[in-house]
Amino acid sequence: MDWYPLYNSLRIAAISTVAVFFLGIFAAYYIAKLPRLVKGVLDVVLTLPLVLPPTVVGWLLLCLLGPKRPLGAWVLETFGFKLVMTWWSAIFATVVVAFPLMYRTARGAFESFDHNLADAGRTLGRSNTWVFWRVQMPVCKQGILAGTVLAFARALGEYGATSMIAGYTPGRTATISTTVYQLWRTNDDIGALKWVLVNMAISAVFLLAVNLLETRQRQTGKGGGR
Amino acid sequence: MALSVDIRKKMGDFQLKVRFEAENECLALLGASGCGKSVTLRCIAGILTPDEGKIVLNGVTLFDSAAKINLPPQKRNVGYLFQQYALFPNMTVRQNIAAAVRDKQRRKEVTEEKLRQFRLEEVADKRPGQISGGQQQRTALARILASEPKAILLDEPFSALDSYLKYQLEVELAETLEQFPGTVLWVSHDRGEVFRNCRRVCVLDRGQSQGAFTLRELFHEPVTEAAARLSGCKNYADAVSKGTSVFLPEWGLTLDCGKEVPPDIRRVGIRSHHVAMAAADAPGAFRCEVQRVIQDVFITIVLLRPENAVPDASPLRMELDREDWAKAEDKNYVWAAIQPRDILLLK
Repeated sequence: MDWYPLYNSLRIAAISTVAVFFLGIFAAYYIAKLPRLVKGVLDVVLTLPLVLPPTVVGWLLLCLLGPKRPLGAWVLETFGFKLVMTWWSAIFATVVVAFPLMYRTARGAFESFDHNLADAGRTLGRSNTWVFWRVQMPVCKQGILAGTVLAFARALGEYGATSMIAGYTPGRTATISTTVYQLWRTNDDIGALKWVLVNMAISAVFLLAVNLLETRQRQTGKGGGR
Repeated sequence: MALSVDIRKKMGDFQLKVRFEAENECLALLGASGCGKSVTLRCIAGILTPDEGKIVLNGVTLFDSAAKINLPPQKRNVGYLFQQYALFPNMTVRQNIAAAVRDKQRRKEVTEEKLRQFRLEEVADKRPGQISGGQQQRTALARILASEPKAILLDEPFSALDSYLKYQLEVELAETLEQFPGTVLWVSHDRGEVFRNCRRVCVLDRGQSQGAFTLRELFHEPVTEAAARLSGCKNYADAVSKGTSVFLPEWGLTLDCGKEVPPDIRRVGIRSHHVAMAAADAPGAFRCEVQRVIQDVFITIVLLRPENAVPDASPLRMELDREDWAKAEDKNYVWAAIQPRDILLLK
């Protein structure tokens, strides 16, 4: 059995989770401070990929990144490579669809954060950066962690937009989800089943790890509770 | 002047206009809830920015709208005791205190010293959620003092505690603050708390500061109705100056004040416990109908309607010992009197 799709899926999901982690937190932190109207508009725009069909996201991405489209053409001309149909093209798709999950959970966590804690840190002479990383992030840990897990799971399971922007080339752009579709389409049910089981195993292990993490935190930390 | 504040800030319909000066003393900011006490403290600490004005602490300008100076909270060196203490829940008591020590070399030393001083050694490795309300307050105070502030702002320091615990902690807090050399601003809506702990009081009424008074001025000679209300006075009526007495149209009463009443007096205030039952022939006694009797824990509250009062006049409230009310023969009509010195003349 060729394990390439597993390797490819994991690296795509991992890279996009790291990207989405920082992008989502950054967006949540700064958008929370904006005036209400701007916040409302940005909120809709940034959450849209969550409710749009992945094929619509894929089509929009192709409009931007395709070799004959403005950005894609410019990159091809300047750097001499295509933005689509490579293994890392899928990262564009997974970042876009996983971003809203991270953004929304992080924003929810930040909104319930007691800003007196930040103000206390600042009046005690601590920098905004210190307050953010040493107080706000640890206090919001549960929400941030939940968002990261959801983003990773979503990135791992992404199919629609990925298949449009990266296609299915065995050994090059194949991911677990595109492989399952390809195997099913060619009537290879046994092959498809293998990958279905692999996917389910990864997801189960992942969720189990999260549950263990949460339990341990509840036993040792007892965070919150002022 | 150790701390001088003169700021204005508009927040929706609410207009804050505060001006006071404080020495190295414990000055109370007294006002009803929602009168802008917390906003004032936040402006001084640098958490909120006033629209215009000036804040100077020990000669250092913290904020000056004209000179475009607005120091960030980190550079103001002002300790802020939040209502719910705002201890970092993810850190232990020790880490909370250590976080406030600015000098890295002395961090461990200062932290251990504060833990000892505030009797927090036993709970040093616990988190704020695992310790009592009193210990939380001590931790918050230790943390503030560890940051070596030039001034301390207390925002309703006992609002998070029940009243039994409150008195014990109040004594402790007062002792700690006595040793603090700088300015302390104590925000409160509780006149008793202010009376026990501060020498001077700045009264805030609907966002407007009414200047600073000594306790004596506030409780014995309040000059505005807001100050009188905060000092606990409950009876008010419009008044017209008549030489050495005042005429109160609402109650149809002319009361002897025993001294010349300035012509600019528009209102009078009468404390409920200064309204007393009197004999019918006593000087200044007036007859009242009893409207309602309310039994309180240790006193009886009687709502009176003076005989010549206008139809929809508000009642005159009398408070007296329960036994004294029990002794009254007629409980439908009584004779009442107010001593001349007990009439508060208000502008």
